[in-house]
Amino acid sequence: MDMSVLIALPVIIPLIIGALSLVALNNHGVQRILGVLGTAAVLVAAIVLIWQTWLNGIKVLEVGSWPAPFGIVLVSDLLGAIMVLLAAITGFATAVYSLKTVRKRFERFGYYPLLHLLLAGVNGAFLTGDIFNLYVWFEVLLVASFALLIQGGERAQMEGAIKYVTLNLLSSALFLTAIGLLYGLVGSLNMADIAVRLQQVEDPKMVTLVAMLFLIAFSIKAAAFPLFFWLPASYHTPQVAVSAVFAGLLTKVGVYALYRVFTLMFTGEVDFTHQILLWMAVFTMLTGVLGAASQYEVRRILSFHIISQIGYMMLGLALFTPLALIGGVFYIMHHIIVKANLFFVAGMMYRLGGSFELKQLGGLYKKHPGLALLFMIPAFSLAGVPPLSGFFAKFILIKAGVEAQAWWAVAIALFVGLFTLFSMIKIWNEAFWKKAPEPAIEVPAPYRNTALYWTTGLLAAMTVAIGIFAQPIYVLAETAAQQLLEPQRYIEAVLGGAK
Amino acid sequence: MTTLMAILIGCLYAAAIYMMLRRSMVKLLIGLILLSNAANLLIFTVAGLERGVPPLIAKGAETVVGGSADPLAQALILTAIVIGFGVLAFAVVLLHRAYEVIRTDDMNEMKGTD
Repeated sequence: MDMSVLIALPVIIPLIIGALSLVALNNHGVQRILGVLGTAAVLVAAIVLIWQTWLNGIKVLEVGSWPAPFGIVLVSDLLGAIMVLLAAITGFATAVYSLKTVRKRFERFGYYPLLHLLLAGVNGAFLTGDIFNLYVWFEVLLVASFALLIQGGERAQMEGAIKYVTLNLLSSALFLTAIGLLYGLVGSLNMADIAVRLQQVEDPKMVTLVAMLFLIAFSIKAAAFPLFFWLPASYHTPQVAVSAVFAGLLTKVGVYALYRVFTLMFTGEVDFTHQILLWMAVFTMLTGVLGAASQYEVRRILSFHIISQIGYMMLGLALFTPLALIGGVFYIMHHIIVKANLFFVAGMMYRLGGSFELKQLGGLYKKHPGLALLFMIPAFSLAGVPPLSGFFAKFILIKAGVEAQAWWAVAIALFVGLFTLFSMIKIWNEAFWKKAPEPAIEVPAPYRNTALYWTTGLLAAMTVAIGIFAQPIYVLAETAAQQLLEPQRYIEAVLGGAK
Repeated sequence: MTTLMAILIGCLYAAAIYMMLRRSMVKLLIGLILLSNAANLLIFTVAGLERGVPPLIAKGAETVVGGSADPLAQALILTAIVIGFGVLAFAVVLLHRAYEVIRTDDMNEMKGTD
């Protein structure tokens, strides 16, 4: 079998599993088994894919055997393969977590098919080498996320969903506009081909204009300053499993798209474009963390921290040195696992403590010490406490900032780290440490949490492992960053017919 | 002709943004519709406005001779129209349902989650 077919598997498997679970819509047992097995199959495919990409370099699949640049290509470079692996981990964790948390009512209304469709869209976006195809995958994952967001139909969900839908559709329209202008400029949609042809465009201002349109479109999706307002208005409204998969993956698709276009295509006027990225990164970090400081609902605190963390990832791209890109890729790897896990833990806090409001929670440490440990690991990793994964991610980025002499960015990054710790300690003090408030709120009858503990425990173990085995992860990120900094390799893999 | 189209597209974008900035949900929806149409027309125009030259290869020839309309741009628009239609259909249902739940179409009253 031609190994390049492998690249399509992370997209095809969720689509097939999604279609099968749609057939079994009324059979909850079958849907759940399909959910776990399907996401596990994607995980295996993702591991094989990253292994093959690591050994053999960038892999390309010409869909339908139409040669590039005329047909659509799927490309698995190391960044794409890493993202697919992270999406697969998140997807698998979500499927296991959903076993015990998703209500039957939602399962009947297509929770599992939508989840698989979402994962297919995310993987498609990470693997495609065609800019219009990227738009299509964005829409696929958006439509699935719209439907997941409003399952339940409560007032808060409706209000959040209107903002989420409107701003994401605006972003898609800007993305489409940018694609249109780019096509008019270079007459191609294949990203590698575009990168080649952009070097021959006589009017660099026009290229920068298109680049800025892409920047705005992807920044809305990534929830970067000043375009993030849809995120804290909507991410805390759906059920926790959905919040977790959104928090882990969706904004990171925007970040990935920024990394892709601003390393492959728009590198002509780095002084200008990446300077703007730098300022956006700094303000994204700052506003996110300050927003979190004013919140007293666990999921809303965590939502604001997504924004501040996006700032760090953009910082890696903005500095645009080898070390900074390594830091950025490392940060993405660390962040997706930690963030999804924190939302999972928040869901368990709700089930065991009865509320998401810090004022109503309390005494969880005494009653559930295991949960307290499971909260501490991702929370302190998010804040960057050694030896957890977040410490190394922040350390690499800040070292890169010092080397690039971006003093302001470094100062803000350190300050934001401190404030993240403040937010996490706030949750710790209120929910776990202080005595349970009187009168105690009613907690539903006890139930078996094994699946939930397994999910969060596994993700927490990964966080610890990324910290302990930081060196091999660093080498992986380094190789991915090298590929990003030498777009020639990507271009040759796609256009040179190398498979 | 291209200039005329450019002005039209600019007006459509402006109208769309203006409508989206209004408080009414229905106007928001009209804004979204105008926006997707504006983007489609933009692609149509930047690919070059050609009349009466279909991209057909003449009998016996290997490639298209002379200028021709760009079929790829039209394929893109077709895809974008279908996607836009689906997404807007969802938006209509969402706004209708939101109106039933919240009992208002004033966006200013939907601040519960901010």
